[in-house]
Amino acid sequence: MQQPPIIVSEHIGKSFGDFQALTDVSLTVRQGERVVVCGPSGSGKSTLIRCFNGLETHDSGQLTVDGVVLSADSPQIRQLRQDVGMVFQQFNLFPHLTVLENLTIGPMKVRKLDRQQAEATARKYLERVRIPEQAHKRPAQLSGGQQQRVAIARALCMEPRVMLFDEPTSALDPEMIGEVLDVMVELAETGMTMVVVTHEMGFARKVADTMVFMEAGRIVEVSPPQTFFTNPQSARARVFLDQILDH
Amino acid sequence: MLKRLTWPDWVILAVLAGITIFVVLRMQGALNYNWRWELIPDYILRYREDRQEWFANLLLQGLVATIRISIYASVLALILGTLLGVARCSENLTVRLLARTYLELLRNIPPVVIIFIFFFFLSQQLIDALNLNAWSRGIARGDNAGVWEFFFGDMRRFPSLISGVIVLAMFEAAFVGEIVRAGIQSIPDGQREAARAVGMNRVHEMRYIIMPQALRKVVPPMANQFISLIKDSSIISLISVQELTYKTVELVASTRLIFEAWLTTAAFYFVLCFGLSLLFRKLEKS
Repeated sequence: MQQPPIIVSEHIGKSFGDFQALTDVSLTVRQGERVVVCGPSGSGKSTLIRCFNGLETHDSGQLTVDGVVLSADSPQIRQLRQDVGMVFQQFNLFPHLTVLENLTIGPMKVRKLDRQQAEATARKYLERVRIPEQAHKRPAQLSGGQQQRVAIARALCMEPRVMLFDEPTSALDPEMIGEVLDVMVELAETGMTMVVVTHEMGFARKVADTMVFMEAGRIVEVSPPQTFFTNPQSARARVFLDQILDH
Repeated sequence: MLKRLTWPDWVILAVLAGITIFVVLRMQGALNYNWRWELIPDYILRYREDRQEWFANLLLQGLVATIRISIYASVLALILGTLLGVARCSENLTVRLLARTYLELLRNIPPVVIIFIFFFFLSQQLIDALNLNAWSRGIARGDNAGVWEFFFGDMRRFPSLISGVIVLAMFEAAFVGEIVRAGIQSIPDGQREAARAVGMNRVHEMRYIIMPQALRKVVPPMANQFISLIKDSSIISLISVQELTYKTVELVASTRLIFEAWLTTAAFYFVLCFGLSLLFRKLEKS
């Protein structure tokens, strides 16, 4: 039985001035589905998932997330963002707050939870990302891998229905990539709907239900990982895979 | 430190010392000025035999007034300036333009002119409207006059102090606003995006994420601006606020101690501002 769709983008386009970042992108993400988006840099992967929680607004086409039709000034956008978690390449933790405060500020100010509830949730997710002992440190005192795990926990504290990951391991030192991916694999196992932009093909092979390959602002290929890694349909995807799997 | 001076340094220092001595000697001959430094201490702090107590004379009164005005004006300027800085970064074009206009007006009109304009158009109207003159005279005659005087000095001069504070604060607010704006803009976009990604609205985002970081970053330039404010406060002597510069003018007019009085006042300002500057530097390091 197919799950209901949670993100439906129909022919969306987006340009920054003269630069066409997205052209005619149509993609459906169903509840519980794990989608990995890959492609060369500048292909519009990040722009696409930033559109999914309204950090960028698309210029044309229609984007429906969690039943809400998104447009430049849709009033529900804030409501939507509460239900869509986002993890950034540069972590973007709040440096003036402790780890625990980073996790509680959203639930407390936006969801209006009281401190106790918010801290209980925060500790639960810190446990989940395996850094409960760092709760009272500042982000700057943590390693990159730990910071990114805190960022994942921060997004989870809002109890989102979808998690978006924008190259979550690209800014990390190689030895820290594993710990972040482990957390993401575990998250996938809980049944969370995930859209992940990444170059980590090992991770993609392990968790993805669907592989999306983008180039020059267009979706070139959408296929299940078995097909994608062994027998990509498009020549461009083949070249891309050769390049990144070679080393 | 002396060890680091090489012989060219000594030559330069010797020449400077020579020129100074020469100028001083020439002045003494040409000016025929009768230095009376011994009178100055009395105008700072005087012992009154009749009442058997020390009392602050003109210069010290002026210094205390300058410190008072500077503190109040800084607080007010910080509040106005923060609002102005936030307005400068607003998404609303009108708000942004208004804040920009205020800044450009203040930047491109000489301070003295601005001070007069604020004084006549704004603070005087405000004082009349609130009937502050009568109110403060009432306080001066009342029972709690002592407490009020501790904070505001002679209550009969309260309206003048208030207009000085308002005028000075509105003037400095423009520059505080620029510092705050720079602080806000120095926060990376990622912070804003992360705040939005957890569903915060613009007010939450400003209040809990951007401002706490921005204000922390601008502490050093803000400290400098505070020192500037102390120096700028001498301008409000022109609207008869009885601070250090005003008191010095008074002293000079009544005693003809031109050089002694102005040098003393200069020393007061220098010690105050340089002292604060050293203090801020030390705080910054710790």
